[in-house]
Amino acid sequence: MQILTGMKGALIGSVIAAAAIIAAPFYVDLFQIMQLTVFAAMAVLALSLGFIWGYGGILCFGQTSFFGLGAYAYAVSAINFGDSTPAILLAILVPVVFAALLGYFMIYGGISDVYLGVITLTVSLILFNLVNSTAGDFYKIGEARLGGFNGIPGVPTFNLPGNPGYILTPEQAWMVTGIALILVYLGLRVLIASSFGRIIIAIRENETRAALLGYDPRIYKLITFMIGGAIAGFAGALYVNWGAFVSPTIFALGLSAQIIIWVIIGGRGTLIGPVIGCLLLQWMVTEIGAQQALDANFILGAILIIFVLLVPKGIAPTLRDLALSRLGRGETAPPEARVKVKT
Amino acid sequence: MDLAIIVGLDVISGIASLVLISAGLAVIFGMMKIINLAHGEFLMLGAYATVLSVSAGVNIWFAMLVIAPVFVGLVGVIVERCLIQFLYGRLVDTMLATWGLSLVIVGATTMIFGNTIVGVSSPLGGFQVGAYQSSLYTPFLALMAVFLMTAVFGVMRYTRAGLIARAVMQNPEMAATLGVNPARVYMATFGAGAAMSGLAGGLLAPVAGVVPTMGAAYIAKAFITVVGGGTSLLWGLISASGLFGFINQIAAFLTTPVFGEVILFIAAVVLIRLLPTGIAGRFFKGRL
Repeated sequence: MQILTGMKGALIGSVIAAAAIIAAPFYVDLFQIMQLTVFAAMAVLALSLGFIWGYGGILCFGQTSFFGLGAYAYAVSAINFGDSTPAILLAILVPVVFAALLGYFMIYGGISDVYLGVITLTVSLILFNLVNSTAGDFYKIGEARLGGFNGIPGVPTFNLPGNPGYILTPEQAWMVTGIALILVYLGLRVLIASSFGRIIIAIRENETRAALLGYDPRIYKLITFMIGGAIAGFAGALYVNWGAFVSPTIFALGLSAQIIIWVIIGGRGTLIGPVIGCLLLQWMVTEIGAQQALDANFILGAILIIFVLLVPKGIAPTLRDLALSRLGRGETAPPEARVKVKT
Repeated sequence: MDLAIIVGLDVISGIASLVLISAGLAVIFGMMKIINLAHGEFLMLGAYATVLSVSAGVNIWFAMLVIAPVFVGLVGVIVERCLIQFLYGRLVDTMLATWGLSLVIVGATTMIFGNTIVGVSSPLGGFQVGAYQSSLYTPFLALMAVFLMTAVFGVMRYTRAGLIARAVMQNPEMAATLGVNPARVYMATFGAGAAMSGLAGGLLAPVAGVVPTMGAAYIAKAFITVVGGGTSLLWGLISASGLFGFINQIAAFLTTPVFGEVILFIAAVVLIRLLPTGIAGRFFKGRL
């Protein structure tokens, strides 16, 4: 019952958000619409890590690997097909296959959290170097030249499914991105409320106990990891659609760190937290970029340290705990309440 | 024949540089079971300390071998006191905090020195192998790697400090009941690990472009080496450096340096599937 009311709250919130997304182009100028579009694409990426880390307990430090692979898969196939619909599908498929392979070796190897974090981070570093070195005529897939450090410019953006001649306007692309964010959010909410979601939370809480109850933690973790890869890849397609451009910096260490920071400050174990963290940080980084005195890395690092030391749970769970203790329902929420956090 | 000698030298230098760039990370990981994600920045600080000392007129050998490790070692002790000590027992949070620290150091260095490449010239000349030219600095790096490993082994095996360190590594609670303060040992370990990273950074300064973001170029290999080696302090590092350095250099010789790195990584991931606790966890269990 409580899950139902939680879902009802999420649905109402989503309908309001969807209405705001559709109304936004009438009230906000084009530049800001473009800004909001990339924020929303990044928020989808934040959700992917928020899901696998906060619910699956998988510490992935290199979520940019899947984001970047999705972005490159979209760019290469959109150039070759001239139609964005199969390109979006490939942008999801390629990272899923990669996540399956990588996840198999890591999760079935039974390595610890620390190793998993280090290996996923290493993957993103190596992909960065690899894609960086693909300059020249030799490295091309079909029509698409990978372009090394310069990346791939002039990628076709989203078109109407089945009608490659009809390219979406920036306002329509914003609506697609915004609605996609809401749909991914709702999809994850439903997934978490399902029996699959309950099992992965059980595994996060106590892997041995879940295994003794008859669930193989490895396959559930692998599927969770692959779902995270799929969402991150989709976010990559949304990102390329925004800029019509992709370059190896998409794999860079700075972005990997930022995704982690979004989830940390927003709060692990919630879905809305990472989205809030992402929007806050994106806005802040844009503001920092406008001035010269302080380096963005410096601020981001300081924020990460402060949150790890002082607010380890993140904003959303801390606020909820505060609200709950005000209502006299106890100091902290029990573990299962993390599942049912209201938006 | 000449080519074989040059490739052989490449393999040796690959192994030696893996040992050097991973040693600080491996010592901290072996003793404290935490991965220092600011490792690359410790290397970078060592390189900067060397470059700045040399341009201030200090002898390059003194700058590389003394100033760089002492400076970064001090940074390590300060970091341990101000940051790491609050996070004992929280492995994941320690990684996150050191990641934040790495961003802070990169940001601060960029603000102070700018995002431009500085450097010092290599202090040793070259030598000729048939038609090929090689730098004398390569065998020097190999000697330094051997020296560093011998020093770590000597300290850990034959001194009282090493005995205490090994005791804490094996069982911190038991060591504490016997009157050792593990926190003090961890502080010294972190400082020593940082000093080794600083030494590696100083040694790399003549052969690398010194920029605030240079750490990222080395950490991938250092992480792979330490994860592949496992939590053993010395044998894990040596065996993983030997295996991965060999694979990396041969693959780089046959393809390109970047593909060499990719093949190195694939080898490491397969290795992790077969030996989840690393080479040392399987073959050198309980050794240094």
